[in-house]
Amino acid sequence: MKITDFLKENILILDGGMGTLLQERGLAIGELPERWSISHPEVITEIHRAYFDAGSNVVNTNTFGANSLKFSDEELEAIVCAAINNAKSARAESRGTQEKWISLDIGPTGKMLKPYGDLDFEDAVEIFAKTIRLGAKYGCDLVFIETMNDSYEAKAALLAAKENCELPVFVSCAFGEDGKLMTGGSPAAMVAMLEGMGADAIGVNCSLGPLALAPTVKQYLEYASVPVILKPNAGLPRAIDGKTVFDVSPEEFAKTTADLATLGVRAVGGCCGTTPEYISALAEKIKTVTPIPLSKKQHTIVSSYTHAVEFGSAPVLIGERINPTGKKRFKEALRAEDMDYILKEGISEEEAGAEILDVNVGLPEIDEPRLLTRAVRELQAIIDLPLQIDTADAVAMESALRIYNGKPMINSVNGKPESMAALFPLAKKYGGVIVALTLDESGIPATAEGRVEIARKILAEAEKYGIDKKDIIFDPLALTISADKDAAKETLRAIRIIREELGCHTSLGVSNVSFGLPERDVINSAFFALALANGLSAAIMNPHSTEMMKTYYACLALFGLDESCKNYLEFAQNLPKPEPTSVAPTAKSTDEYRSELERAIVKGLSDEAARLTREILPGKAPLDVVSEDIIPALDRVGDGFEKKTVYLPQLLMSAEAAGAAFEVIKQTIPAGESNGDHKVVLATVKGDIHDIGKNIVKLLLENYGFTVTDLGRDVPPERIVKAARESGATLVGLSALMTTTVPAMEETIRLLRTELPEVKTVVGGAVLTQEYADSIGADKYAKDAMEAVRYAEEIYKQ
Amino acid sequence: MTTIVYKKSYSAPPIDKAEALRYAGVRGDAPEISALLDECISEAAEHISYKLCFAYYPISRDGGRLNLGFAEVCSDRLAAHLEGYHGVILLAATIGISFDRLVAKEIKVSPTKALLLDGLGAERIEALCDLFCLEEAEVLAKSGETLTNRFSAGYGDLPLDLQKSIFAALDCKKNIGLTLNDSLLMSPQKSVTAIIGIKKVEK
Repeated sequence: MKITDFLKENILILDGGMGTLLQERGLAIGELPERWSISHPEVITEIHRAYFDAGSNVVNTNTFGANSLKFSDEELEAIVCAAINNAKSARAESRGTQEKWISLDIGPTGKMLKPYGDLDFEDAVEIFAKTIRLGAKYGCDLVFIETMNDSYEAKAALLAAKENCELPVFVSCAFGEDGKLMTGGSPAAMVAMLEGMGADAIGVNCSLGPLALAPTVKQYLEYASVPVILKPNAGLPRAIDGKTVFDVSPEEFAKTTADLATLGVRAVGGCCGTTPEYISALAEKIKTVTPIPLSKKQHTIVSSYTHAVEFGSAPVLIGERINPTGKKRFKEALRAEDMDYILKEGISEEEAGAEILDVNVGLPEIDEPRLLTRAVRELQAIIDLPLQIDTADAVAMESALRIYNGKPMINSVNGKPESMAALFPLAKKYGGVIVALTLDESGIPATAEGRVEIARKILAEAEKYGIDKKDIIFDPLALTISADKDAAKETLRAIRIIREELGCHTSLGVSNVSFGLPERDVINSAFFALALANGLSAAIMNPHSTEMMKTYYACLALFGLDESCKNYLEFAQNLPKPEPTSVAPTAKSTDEYRSELERAIVKGLSDEAARLTREILPGKAPLDVVSEDIIPALDRVGDGFEKKTVYLPQLLMSAEAAGAAFEVIKQTIPAGESNGDHKVVLATVKGDIHDIGKNIVKLLLENYGFTVTDLGRDVPPERIVKAARESGATLVGLSALMTTTVPAMEETIRLLRTELPEVKTVVGGAVLTQEYADSIGADKYAKDAMEAVRYAEEIYKQ
Repeated sequence: MTTIVYKKSYSAPPIDKAEALRYAGVRGDAPEISALLDECISEAAEHISYKLCFAYYPISRDGGRLNLGFAEVCSDRLAAHLEGYHGVILLAATIGISFDRLVAKEIKVSPTKALLLDGLGAERIEALCDLFCLEEAEVLAKSGETLTNRFSAGYGDLPLDLQKSIFAALDCKKNIGLTLNDSLLMSPQKSVTAIIGIKKVEK
């Protein structure tokens, strides 16, 4: 019988712990348990057999840490082969009459994935793939990915399983007492991602006893349509007379776990501290439990690495600002790969109340697959919101979906056969909620009925790919009322019909409705309110638009979705008050300063610096503002820093204020008019992940007019050389925090010397000293950021 | 013999603002910075978790080598530090990855706040370790035992490479989500591993 068929009607009994049993049988501290499959096959076989005898339907092979990070290819193959053979012998020898399967056990790599660790996502996929290919080769019946406490690593493992075998795949995660993964993922987020990618059963194991895991498992039961797994620890360990004892007894364990099976858990077993005795007691209890039939849950959910966003009662706001359409400054940033600009846009949308961010970096002349992937990678590193990946390029879509950490929104598919043929397989493989536009090869139907017809066609086609309707959100398309007086009316009707007749959610790019009209916010916000009243589930909009946000909060309160009007009250309180009519700026003492702007920068007042710059720019040449106001202010603070009357945080506050002033100036002058020829490449060297210091240097250099190429952290020497060559920089700044990464710095300098002998190097970082810097051949050691700036000025003066 | 690795999580220990400012490089009175730090403290609260894991080991000496129960090392400095001590607590503590993400985000928005957060993170992890040591000292005092200060890999002549054995012994990733990269850097960044000596107080 296939295990997936068995699960349809039965509760599956899994096995219990392995580690503690091996330690009791003499496994030494520091010894790798996987080797025992070869050196002590009789011990491993005996443990598996004891679990089969106790009633387990499934035993996990002794391969938890069997991966290519720990073992050579040759040894890995021998270990996986022996481990599966041991389990097969146990199955043959067991007196149990139940159905029996052998699962290839896959544990975490032990490494953290980039960007917070040093393991690349694709490398992680390949590490898992190697073990999984061997498991399939030697005849395991399923793959059991377990104890995952990082969603990204869980994704890598599941992707590897899906790409390298046809076997059923179970995925189980380790949640802490706070009900989250170590990297922050919530149960709903994990269910969304893992189920979306096609795991056959999902659940929780390890960390805690069954009672403590109950709240987490209940959340799985609420959201999961596939069978839910529970494999808890025997509580917490204690030492009694030199022996390890766990505080939950077999009887208590069996009872609590079986109770959760009565709520719907469909695969039960134990983790750390559990033994065949626990499983025997559990199997006995489970005999009395009638399995609850599996049911399809209709939650439409997208997720980020930490949390889930559900489409349902309250409308979801999707920020539209990460999109170059009609934005000169954004296009410029994209061409220059100024990721910081894009990230800041995302952060400010998050702060303004967006719940999902649309990400569109499409420009005709750029390498969209590469840039979109990079944008997604960097956005998800620092922003907690789920992303809506927005591209018409299927290659870019796939590369972004692949590295996305969660279940994204996919924007978009439409009723054209080629669109569905391109997008649906991707959505099926990587998971995602698809935005489907109600248009096809004949264009956008004028009537609501025509659009609903296309929606039905899309649903029917999606079903062929096994994509559920809960994972499709329709965009019935807002067209401008300036061209067709009935345009808005039909869209509103389509929203209602799709919601009521098809039972699907809708999303709308609201602002199109007012195209060609003045004071567009007036129309947009009214249309938004009407759309919400007709059941709109999500809006793609500008969260910085006060009018739209007013409508949003008002509607939440009016539809009874805002308990005690709490959100509305908070929103109302923060609404901008009318500006007091010009306070005489001369009232403040400017004695010490040449200008108000200089004072604002010295004092580190970013908002004021930006405002003052906007005020003086019409009457003063931009470059004069830089040389007469900004640079003198920076010099003044910089001097203070060097004389130790100003400390680093104050220096930074001024630098930020200057940055705010520069941003205003950048908007008014065309690119290339600044100090564009003074170029510096910065990087934290390979193996090092600290970058606060490097970022401080970057900020100051930019203030002083240098064009900085920031390569980020953990950058290999070859990439630094390449960037220096391509940008034509004469100075490369390198940062390293630890003694263990200074050799990478030395290697980088050596490579620069050979490849680009004219390029100078400046180094800094916690462990460096003048002596150390000399010994690795750096041109300059800068003890702090100001010294790096002074050196850069010196270089370019020459 | 099996060694138990214990896990614990804590709620936030009291914050020493002056210490956080000191880590951020601020000396003397700076009211505007202090106000900004307050902002950082309230923003950071939901991004910090206080987790640690630890185990007890007996220690023994064999000539120049020190057997720490989970690894053998040659280190005169650690040997001197543990002179007269019969065992150690091996500790790994972290304030979690969410804090790293917060700092990475703040670098893009306000490097000043990123710097202050960095100082705050250093203060937080030390405060967590101090709290743990205080608790352990109280428990051990009942059985007439006392503790040394914390000693970490990389101090003096104790090789940083010992981190590998520490991570293997405490299974840090599984227990508290702490990992070691190939350059022996820890992630999350605000984390500590340490060896703490235990001895009987002579009466």
